[in-house]
Amino acid sequence: MSETLLEVKNLVVHHGQLKAIDDVSFSLNEGEVLTMIGANGAGKSTLLRTIAGLHRQTSGSIFFKGEDISSFAPHRRVAKGVSLVPEGRRLFSSMTLQENLQVGAFHAKKGPFTIERIYELFDWMAPRRRQRVWQLSGGEQQAVAIGRALVANPKLLLLDELSLGLAPIIIERIYSLIPEIIAQGVSILVVEQDVAQGLAVADRVHCLLEGKTSLTGVPADFTPEQVERAYFGAGLVATTSREGES
Amino acid sequence: MVWLNVLVQGILIGGFYALFACGLSLMFGVLKVINLAHGDMAVVAGYVAVFLTPHLHLPEVWSFLIVVPIFTLVGYVLQRTLIQKSIDRDPFTTLLVTFGLSVVIENLLLEIYSANGQTVNIGDLIAKSWHPASIIYVSYVSLGVLGVAVLVLFILQLFLSKTGTGRLIRAVADDREAAQLSGANYRHIFGIAASLAFATVALAGIAYGMMTQFAPTSGGVNLLFAFEAVVIGGIGSLWGTLVGGIALGIAQQFGAHINPQYQILAGNILFLVVLALRPQGLFGRRTSLA
Repeated sequence: MSETLLEVKNLVVHHGQLKAIDDVSFSLNEGEVLTMIGANGAGKSTLLRTIAGLHRQTSGSIFFKGEDISSFAPHRRVAKGVSLVPEGRRLFSSMTLQENLQVGAFHAKKGPFTIERIYELFDWMAPRRRQRVWQLSGGEQQAVAIGRALVANPKLLLLDELSLGLAPIIIERIYSLIPEIIAQGVSILVVEQDVAQGLAVADRVHCLLEGKTSLTGVPADFTPEQVERAYFGAGLVATTSREGES
Repeated sequence: MVWLNVLVQGILIGGFYALFACGLSLMFGVLKVINLAHGDMAVVAGYVAVFLTPHLHLPEVWSFLIVVPIFTLVGYVLQRTLIQKSIDRDPFTTLLVTFGLSVVIENLLLEIYSANGQTVNIGDLIAKSWHPASIIYVSYVSLGVLGVAVLVLFILQLFLSKTGTGRLIRAVADDREAAQLSGANYRHIFGIAASLAFATVALAGIAYGMMTQFAPTSGGVNLLFAFEAVVIGGIGSLWGTLVGGIALGIAQQFGAHINPQYQILAGNILFLVVLALRPQGLFGRRTSLA
């Protein structure tokens, strides 16, 4: 593998009193897809939001291309090359499809993704670019949200719960774009509740359980039982798996 | 014909209300800040016009050339310091801070300039008017203010919908976090929006000083009318603010024509009726700005 792009060291994040992320460390190499799995409330979204700068960590640090970005505001992280597609898509609801992309492109760095390129990637967009985004379906809105993040030409794309509320066929279509995005030199960190979908695209997997790392490595190295155990916690699956130690 | 004149006067005064209110609408739409010092800012603009421009050997009519740039700058700086600090705490703090600002401004003006009324001197233009029919009088000053209001709203609308920075302002108004994720420094965008709001309030203050007398405490009642114009027109809609201002102006003039005591009452009744029957205002949409 090539150079380390993102390195998270001993990260601790609180939501008020609750410790949402408890001493998590991992790294992501250039050109890699890392899937973050875990049950509801395991801290996956919080982790992504902290990397994007929307949450402040209590302790620990985040390095991007060797630079400590832990104290950067979100817009400075975008300028460095970190873009988040947030959970729930969060499009600008009063604007048209094209205006949403234009907002994403306003501070963009030079790179392979332009608004025209996004229109090529999603051929339905160009004829409908003047539509207000609330008129689009959930899957279409998700595509616009991905396009809005891509036009900033990130080096690292953070994808939060892409599959939420979408039909399986739409999810499959959206995930089929990942190889194309990787081919443009973008690395991806995906948070996913849909474990099968998440593992299918992953070079490496990282599982969170109640804010702590419960499993990390290459998907092929793990049995489904090990993943299940890491996902739900040891107590819950003790009856279903015989040899869990690794 | 008498009623037609009442209608014309209502429309003219409505133009002033719209000019006064559009900055309030912008501050609320983008920053979610209700600026209780908005009216006092306008009064300050009037004082700056009256007391600064003679030193610069500039006719007071042209004072906006000085006052508007000053206010644009003050708006940005005030936003990035005091107002942003209060936004960072909670919405209630912004109310307290702007209310405090209002009190401080009124008392400073009283202390420095006394309670005497002032006007922005525009020579004999003040008395000139056009009368297209026997009892219809269209004051040049009021017509000019209405024209400026329409022009300002048109430029603001164009800026918000056609320029990249304008789009960012709307993006921040729609969803501040998502705008940050698109690379926008929302504090800077807030500053720009505040600059625009302060530029319009400077124009409104000077216009007020041309149309009538103002004193340190004139801000309050105008703030009330501006609120009413914004609510009648619909929060977040600039053209709605113009229609709201004109509707308020017409209601007040009709009230005043029946009995001079009813002027403000009639405006307030219209405001309450709109609030009861159409709380989002005549042109209000729930989320959009432009």
